[in-house]
Amino acid sequence: MKPFTYERASSAADAADKAGRAPGSKFIAGGTNLLDLMKLQIEAPNHLIDINGLDLDKIESMPDGGLRIGALVRNTDLAADMRVRRDYAMLSRALLAGASGQLRNKATTAGNLLQRTRCPYFYDTNMPCNKRQPGSGCSAIGGYTRQLGVVGVSDACIATHPSDMAVAMRALDATVETVRADKSSRAVPIAEFHRLPGDTPHIETVLEPGELITAVTLPKAIGGKQYYRKVRDRASYAFALVSIAAVVQPDGSGRVAVGGIAHKPWRIEAAETNMLRGAKPVAEQLLADARPTRANAFKLPLVERTLAAVLAEART
Amino acid sequence: MSKEPDAGLSRRRVLAVGAASLATALPAARSEAQPAAAGNASDSPGGLVHAVSFNVNGSEQRLDLDARTTLLDALREHMRLTGTKKGCDHGQCGACTVIVDGRRINSCLSLAVMHEGARITTIEGLGTPDKLHPMQAAFIEHDAYQCGYCTPGQICSAVAVLDEIRAGVPSHASESLLDRPQANNTEMRERMSGNICRCGAYSNIAEAMAEVAGRDV
Amino acid sequence: MKFETPAAQNPIDQLKVIGKPADRIDGKFKTTGTAPYAYERHDVAADQAYGFIVGAAIAKGRISRVDAAEAKRAPGVIAVVTTLDMPRLGRGRMNAAYLFGGADVQHYHQAIAIVVAETFEQARFAASLLRVDYARAQGRYDLAEESKRAELKGEDTDEGTSAPPLQRTGDFEAAFAAVPVKLDAEYTTPDQSHAMMEPHSSLAVWEGDRLTLWTSNQMINWGKGDLAKTLGIPEQSVRLISPYVGGGFGGKLFVRSDAALAALGAKAARRPVKVALTRPIMANNTTHRPATIQRIRIGATPEGKIRAIAHESTSGNLPDGKLETAVSQTRLLYGGANRMTSMRLALLDLPEGNSMRAPGEAPGLMALEIAMDEMAEKLHMDPVEFRIMNDTQVDPENPQRPFSYRNLVGCLRLGAERFGWSRRDPTPAMTRDGQWMIGMGVAGGFRNNLLTKSAARVAIDKAGIVTVTTDMTDIGTGSYTIIAQTAAEMLGVPLDHVRVLLGDSNSPISSGSGGQWGGNNSTAGVYAACVKLREAIAQNLGFNERDVLFADGQVRSGNRALSLAEAAGDPGLSAEDGIEYGDLGKKYQQSTFAGHFVEVGVDVATGEIRVRRMLAVCSAGRILNPKTARSQVIGAMTMGVGAALMEELAVDKRLGFFVNHDLASYEVPVHADIPHQEVIFLDEVDPMSSPMKAKGVGELGLCGVGAAVANAVYNATGVRVRDYPITLDKLIERLPEIV
Repeated sequence: MKPFTYERASSAADAADKAGRAPGSKFIAGGTNLLDLMKLQIEAPNHLIDINGLDLDKIESMPDGGLRIGALVRNTDLAADMRVRRDYAMLSRALLAGASGQLRNKATTAGNLLQRTRCPYFYDTNMPCNKRQPGSGCSAIGGYTRQLGVVGVSDACIATHPSDMAVAMRALDATVETVRADKSSRAVPIAEFHRLPGDTPHIETVLEPGELITAVTLPKAIGGKQYYRKVRDRASYAFALVSIAAVVQPDGSGRVAVGGIAHKPWRIEAAETNMLRGAKPVAEQLLADARPTRANAFKLPLVERTLAAVLAEART
Repeated sequence: MSKEPDAGLSRRRVLAVGAASLATALPAARSEAQPAAAGNASDSPGGLVHAVSFNVNGSEQRLDLDARTTLLDALREHMRLTGTKKGCDHGQCGACTVIVDGRRINSCLSLAVMHEGARITTIEGLGTPDKLHPMQAAFIEHDAYQCGYCTPGQICSAVAVLDEIRAGVPSHASESLLDRPQANNTEMRERMSGNICRCGAYSNIAEAMAEVAGRDV
Repeated sequence: MKFETPAAQNPIDQLKVIGKPADRIDGKFKTTGTAPYAYERHDVAADQAYGFIVGAAIAKGRISRVDAAEAKRAPGVIAVVTTLDMPRLGRGRMNAAYLFGGADVQHYHQAIAIVVAETFEQARFAASLLRVDYARAQGRYDLAEESKRAELKGEDTDEGTSAPPLQRTGDFEAAFAAVPVKLDAEYTTPDQSHAMMEPHSSLAVWEGDRLTLWTSNQMINWGKGDLAKTLGIPEQSVRLISPYVGGGFGGKLFVRSDAALAALGAKAARRPVKVALTRPIMANNTTHRPATIQRIRIGATPEGKIRAIAHESTSGNLPDGKLETAVSQTRLLYGGANRMTSMRLALLDLPEGNSMRAPGEAPGLMALEIAMDEMAEKLHMDPVEFRIMNDTQVDPENPQRPFSYRNLVGCLRLGAERFGWSRRDPTPAMTRDGQWMIGMGVAGGFRNNLLTKSAARVAIDKAGIVTVTTDMTDIGTGSYTIIAQTAAEMLGVPLDHVRVLLGDSNSPISSGSGGQWGGNNSTAGVYAACVKLREAIAQNLGFNERDVLFADGQVRSGNRALSLAEAAGDPGLSAEDGIEYGDLGKKYQQSTFAGHFVEVGVDVATGEIRVRRMLAVCSAGRILNPKTARSQVIGAMTMGVGAALMEELAVDKRLGFFVNHDLASYEVPVHADIPHQEVIFLDEVDPMSSPMKAKGVGELGLCGVGAAVANAVYNATGVRVRDYPITLDKLIERLPEIV
């Protein structure tokens, strides 16, 4: 771990301001991914701004019927919140399917969104990786790719986003609220928050340097039967091969977002118009531009079959 | 739908990439200008030292630590409380589990300086060889360990898991998100899954926990 | 004590302490975090510095330059030792790859430097400042490709399995051609990682030319010799201390780079230095279980009698590395007059392959016991009955040579009864429970019993406390406890009057822990020392050795009785002896047997496989402590589930390394994967094995489990997967359509 200076921020604006004045700094909250990467010097900030003390750990009901989730709400608390369990069940389920109890106790809402990929080549600093070292090449392509992306991939990167929570939030049309170093704030729809790798896989979100996530908001509950189905080899404590976040309404319409297959939570709203016709047409549209490798081509039928199982369960 | 992206690095490119990786293999981290020391930090060889105070197993501790020091290393190397184990140092095994302010966490993925004012319970704080915690006694009775290396983490986790179930925190294994979770085998196994035991004592750990849960739920 | 004739009645047969499910005597230390492991010895040396090992960034080639200037200038750094600072170190007898020194890189993450600093953080950061220039060389990384050039080779693993390059009995080819029912199939098993929870760790302390190393090692005496050889110093100058070992599974049988580099680092720093391998370096820096490609042919009569059986295996390794002796059990497990086994070694430039729990048999049975299932199906026979029909009571290659004791049939029959095997539908894919396709599988388990000499010293002090001292290790196996039970039984004292001191190379040399030989041999050594001590006590007291009785803390003869404390007197008494073996292991084939039964559910949509029930029935001689023995078996069953369903070191065949080299990406089973496990030990003794009449169980518990899972998956789905691990991607195209 590279030496760094450390300070605690007193407010969100103060944190963004501090970050603006210290190039190369990072915010630290749960630390469960950042410290992991700092130990390997994949992340090497020279300054850490500890935001744990900020007043961003509340879940508030909004006048419009939605929920505002503070950036520092721990995954455990968000999953256990009775409003989330009742009205946004897929979010609770997605959180509970992720990581371990210990990690969920530390990991925050904002940090979860900002998790970096689990591509093993990204994690091995001896290996070329465009995400870690822009321009060095992608050693995953042509290598061990079983876990890696099948859609939205580029010749520069086939990594996936590892979050479960973000997949559910994508299906729920969440919005990410931020504050910037100049104290201005903005709200970014989650669909636009994560980026595809393209030629710049090291740029993973639309956040600007120093920009701090303050909250994630969920619109008014949409009802329906909600599912988060995570498929993995090991029964727990494993990243998804494929995951499906879905809501199915009594009339058979609904929404689907898919995890484990792309650089971001994968959702194509147009595909959902086919929900009444079953999983196959939905999956076909979701995966129309898929470019799998031999080792991860199984994810295509897996998405369809998992979605089919979810839809079948919704009918019961 | 099935075009493979650049099916592989050509031999030549592997070599080129190999050569390129040499320069980048161990990323440069040349001493850049550090931002001014903040807070109560002060310069010292090897990084910036911070004072941190917390309560460990009932006793107040004040440590001056390199900010890079994890809570795990603060316990093991600085306080010499070596009951908490380092199995992976990356949050992948759970051997470092301790209970901080009533919640179990991986102490390897937390900086000690982030725990100012915290109350920390380690395996040494749960019980001693002469005065075992009920979970420690149950582990012995059910032979819920073998090599012993993951055991303190398993026990800290097990104690916290029963608290979580009592508090009504749901899990992936909970049939319903709206009902109170039960301390049954499926729930406990899911909740304990962040603690790997390569010796494979899982079946016995579940039984040790069931005994303790039966006694106090 | 030389053990040359079958054991007669002896004090162990009293079974007052032996055979009882005693709690581990080290349990209160392990459960309270007070059992000290190697990296935790703040108590043994002042002023310890921290070492951090750097691994090679390439798989094969040379290091042309190391620039350590910046690292040496980094804060807190005391010393940097790089591989170019010295010629290659010596190579231990048990190692195939060199641990350190010189410019050549033999495998990825081979150690190339150690940085020693005041703190761990300083050492790790300074290590990142080393600049290393490599010249990459072409390497061989693809087993399937290199297997085409693999040559026949025999192997004796030192771990209980062996096979010649080619072994023929009868005329396999003719018999195979003649029978009506036959199978010819290829199976593969992947490279696997021990992934023990405690990383390889050492603390080195030099006093002049003498080195003391607190370390984590299964085989103290091997380790002492090999560390001396590696460092080029006399064996007498090395002391190894390893009282607690946080898991080994074969990965700590041998000296690894942590030991050598802690020693070099401490020498350079003139300070005690401790080193732990970081988790991400372990898989490639140390050893692994090599992958295999196995071809099995079985031919049988229509009634199910095997007439011809052949098992050929190819595994890869560095040029001086061992083979995975995957054919070994096939020489002994089932009858059949016409037999052939062969093994080939493919040369690979991957990290060193070496022993992992039940080397040979674990992957060998993963293949053989699927093949048996396939044959049973071809014969329309129940797979339990097919195995029973082909049981043999003699070594099939040498029918004059019987098994010392063999009850595989009993394991299978009792297991079938207890597991509810009769409820299994032999037609695959017929049983459903909601979304789950349900299947049951069976496999035979087999692992040889090894006899190897082992010594101990036993002392009684004036308080009547017994102390057993031996260099034996407890790697989670329960050695502390069964050794204490042995001494307690022999000397007639309660268990809590026995202290056991393990893992110090200054102590009498034991069998060590490997090849499931530790339990029987180390306790037999303690038995021998206790016999000698009993004789000494009797002699001291002028008792008649023949009618002397040790019971209830007393030594009695006729109507005379003294407490052991009195018998020991102020100076105490002690005796040292060991067990050595005659040829009973040659005259009789000594093996252990199991029936493994597994029920799985396979998600009909996703193909996810979850184990629902597991049972092992074991025939393994006297069970010295059913509680700790059961733990050995359930732990092994868990590892078997991992091998069947998830464990695979993924090889990057271009760059030559194991890609998934941490515990997030190399998945081993977690709690949620493992249901309640049942273990039954058949009530038996084997007087050919030792005075303890015990055999090993720690590896037996693994042998066959993977195939039982595989066979259950087949029964559930009708999809036969012959390439481990059995993951959903290998099933999904052939699962029923979801509507």
